[in-house]
Amino acid sequence: MSRDDWELYEIFIRTARGLAHRHVGSVHAADPEMAIEVARDIYTRRNEGVSIWAVPSKAITASDPEEADALFEPAKDKIYRHPTFYKIPEGVENI
Amino acid sequence: MYTTDLRTEEEKRRAAMREQAIQEDPEKLKAFEDRIARDEFIEPKDWMPEAYRRTLIRQISQHAHSEIIGMLPEGNWITRAPNLRRKLILLAKVQDEAGHGLYLYSAAETLGVSREEMVAQLHARKAKYSSIFNYPTLTWADVAAIGWLVDGAAITNQIPLCRCSYGPYARAMQRICKEESFHQRQGYEAMAALMNGSPEQRRMAQDAMDRWWWPALMMFGPPDSESVHSAQSMKWKIKRYSNDELRQRFIDATVPQAHAIGLEVPDPDLKYNEETGHWEIGSINWDEFWAVVQGDGHCNDDRLDTRVRAWEEGAWVREAAEAYAAKHTARQAA
Repeated sequence: MSRDDWELYEIFIRTARGLAHRHVGSVHAADPEMAIEVARDIYTRRNEGVSIWAVPSKAITASDPEEADALFEPAKDKIYRHPTFYKIPEGVENI
Repeated sequence: MYTTDLRTEEEKRRAAMREQAIQEDPEKLKAFEDRIARDEFIEPKDWMPEAYRRTLIRQISQHAHSEIIGMLPEGNWITRAPNLRRKLILLAKVQDEAGHGLYLYSAAETLGVSREEMVAQLHARKAKYSSIFNYPTLTWADVAAIGWLVDGAAITNQIPLCRCSYGPYARAMQRICKEESFHQRQGYEAMAALMNGSPEQRRMAQDAMDRWWWPALMMFGPPDSESVHSAQSMKWKIKRYSNDELRQRFIDATVPQAHAIGLEVPDPDLKYNEETGHWEIGSINWDEFWAVVQGDGHCNDDRLDTRVRAWEEGAWVREAAEAYAAKHTARQAA
């Protein structure tokens, strides 16, 4: 009896050299090598990629959306981290 | 390929009862609905009402099944394509459909259903797919008509889904829409080639038009007056336009395309309304639509038999891949 539900891999594609790999979807595969081959056929039929990463989905730890406020709220009131926070006298350039 | 609700009245009634039985947390429901009202996307780990999750699982999986079954009518003609150019194009198109099916299974899996379950339901004949694929492809012109009309109707349906409120579905649809436009153009080009050919070829093209026009219009689903489930899907921005609106959009785009290559639209009541700027059609045979949905189409059995046979005959490939993976794992462990 075959084990039908093969491991799920998340697929990340680099669309061109100089760009980061970006998540595009997932595939099922018997092993990581096959995940790359399947991802090639599914996600790069029109030259969308120059490099593929396949990561077992279960290896990903994701933040909890319910905790999003606790995680990201502290950054929201620190507007002094942005250059627009600072006033520069008129006429001063290149800063 | 398809996005309409194909459940029978009884199935809809039972689903509605189940949905009512589940009491949702009103605070979470409000936050969810506010987010949708702001046109923000819902992502996999977000809280969502069970009915939203179930509606999406049903719609995305039916959509995925349609892509997979949709390979069969055209696949019949790969070995009989009229020349190498058409054969290469058809192979690429059919391969795209497989890819679309897989993007969609992948999107559905983010909602907590496994691909294995979805495929098992399809093979057990418990899942539905677009009934358009239960019509036979009798001649090469049918391949042209499918590309132009069936993929054309699918694009009309799918473009608004690129802005669907569920992120993974919307992203899958953006990819699919980019690829479908080649499908429609190659079909129209093949149809135009036949219309520029011999009288026999022109007859073949018109015959395909006569057989595919009405089923293509039925792809948008029952008229708004009978489409009970649309309101909730509209509210949750799973669906953005009604069946009739999308159907009209398709008719207005397609009628002039037919006329441009000399094809007649098989509808004696078809007329252009100068005031509204729309083409008006005669009445659609909904009895035929429901008969095909419920299993009485020409090819319902044949499609599923072919699909299940392909799955069973491919078992040795899956087993070999597993044996290979196991051997390598064992070697690495040693």
